[in-house]
Amino acid sequence: MADSVALPELAIDAPASDLARHSALVRRTHWIHTAAVSALIVSGGAILIAHPRLYWGETGGAGGPSLVDLPLPFVFGPSGWGRSLHFLAAWIAVLNGLLYVVFGLVDRHFRRRLLPGRSELSTRSIRQVLDDHVHLRRLRADGAIRYNLLQQLAYLVVIFVLFPLIILTGFAMSPALTSVAPMLVTVWGGQQSARTMHFVFTCALVLFVVAHVLMIALTGFRERMRAMITGDHARTAP
Amino acid sequence: MSGISRRRLLRGGLAAAGLSGLGVAAALAQRYGLIPPDHGGIYGAGETLTYAAQRLLTARHPLAREFTRAEISKVFPVNGPPPETESYARLRAEGFRGWRLTVEGLVARPLSISLAELKTFPQTAQITHQACEEGWSFIAEWSGVRLSHVLTLAGIRPMAKFVVFFPFDESWDSLDMADAWHPQTLLAYGMNARDLPVPHGAPVRLRVARQLGYKSVKYLSRIVVTDSLHEIENGLGSRSPDYGYSWYAGI
Repeated sequence: MADSVALPELAIDAPASDLARHSALVRRTHWIHTAAVSALIVSGGAILIAHPRLYWGETGGAGGPSLVDLPLPFVFGPSGWGRSLHFLAAWIAVLNGLLYVVFGLVDRHFRRRLLPGRSELSTRSIRQVLDDHVHLRRLRADGAIRYNLLQQLAYLVVIFVLFPLIILTGFAMSPALTSVAPMLVTVWGGQQSARTMHFVFTCALVLFVVAHVLMIALTGFRERMRAMITGDHARTAP
Repeated sequence: MSGISRRRLLRGGLAAAGLSGLGVAAALAQRYGLIPPDHGGIYGAGETLTYAAQRLLTARHPLAREFTRAEISKVFPVNGPPPETESYARLRAEGFRGWRLTVEGLVARPLSISLAELKTFPQTAQITHQACEEGWSFIAEWSGVRLSHVLTLAGIRPMAKFVVFFPFDESWDSLDMADAWHPQTLLAYGMNARDLPVPHGAPVRLRVARQLGYKSVKYLSRIVVTDSLHEIENGLGSRSPDYGYSWYAGI
């Protein structure tokens, strides 16, 4: 197994457009999603503190048993702005996410960059990448076009598992949508279970964001930001 | 033709197609009643997308889930005190004997119905889930009369687009005709096989099974059928938008 990825060979194989680290569409959807998800998390928090208790099953409320009493204050009153912002941001996130996924399939972005190759799934290769991460070694990978295995898995899980689950548990809380498709809510065991899982999946997403930003900081904040903003290949970095 | 001008032409064409597409979409949305009264402002786009998408998805008027008696909740929290007006206090003191519900506006026969009269209309009951916008919820059995029965008695004029509900306090709200005619939309006078308790909206409250709890207006007094919400109070179809909440609460 080579210790470093030989960039020139890859560059020769890849079409010219691949030389941009991130395509224009990926860059645009990335930042739109960053803004929309930030708004969703802030407004979700505003909605949550109106009643920071979680329940399991169909129902739950003051005076009844809860699953978890979150260590947050009850903040009554106008969290209405949070609700309106939540749904506006949700529409932007969903439409933007759909654009990204359709592009990723049509352009074969997922296949080329996110699906692990066979060689990357060998025991030895997996051990190597885990070892590198544990020791924070060889993570800079300046100029590498492909993501490493852990990155690929993290991104695939967030895009194809976490976001769909957050959206579906959101749908499960809509009395109008569940009248169209009751399974949206029954599959979670009730409306309150869906609300609780909406919170749990969001916490998982927040953990991903923390790890994502941490890894960017560890592997060269300026180059990574430049790559995602301008698309410049890291090779041109000073 | 040079690459640049071709690209410019293509972009211009796409922009024109996009704009005219938006124009057509807006005209269609207006025609089929897919624009909510609170469509303006920063959040208006989100409100409109949600309302239009859900009205298209619920075009066949599906029913909200119903439950068994065993699933009825043990606690039924409430938000806010009953109306503090003198007229409500007087009616409450005499067991709502003098209470009347008026139905007016775009109707052939304006009505004024007493509680006893309302109870002679065909009764219906439902065990449904009610969620507050804050996040808590309960399941209860509601009994009463379908709103559609009363609307039919009054004779709704064809141009009617909204039904507005005024209670004894300052909160008020409205429904579009899809939810007004929906078989699970009740004028409820019973809860869990007893008279509707005062904290839950006695003597009669609206019950809208496919929207959040705040749409189910308590302490009803007056119903007005209209073709436009512009002239009514804040013009946004409900008091909720004053607090930042959506007019449409199907979420």
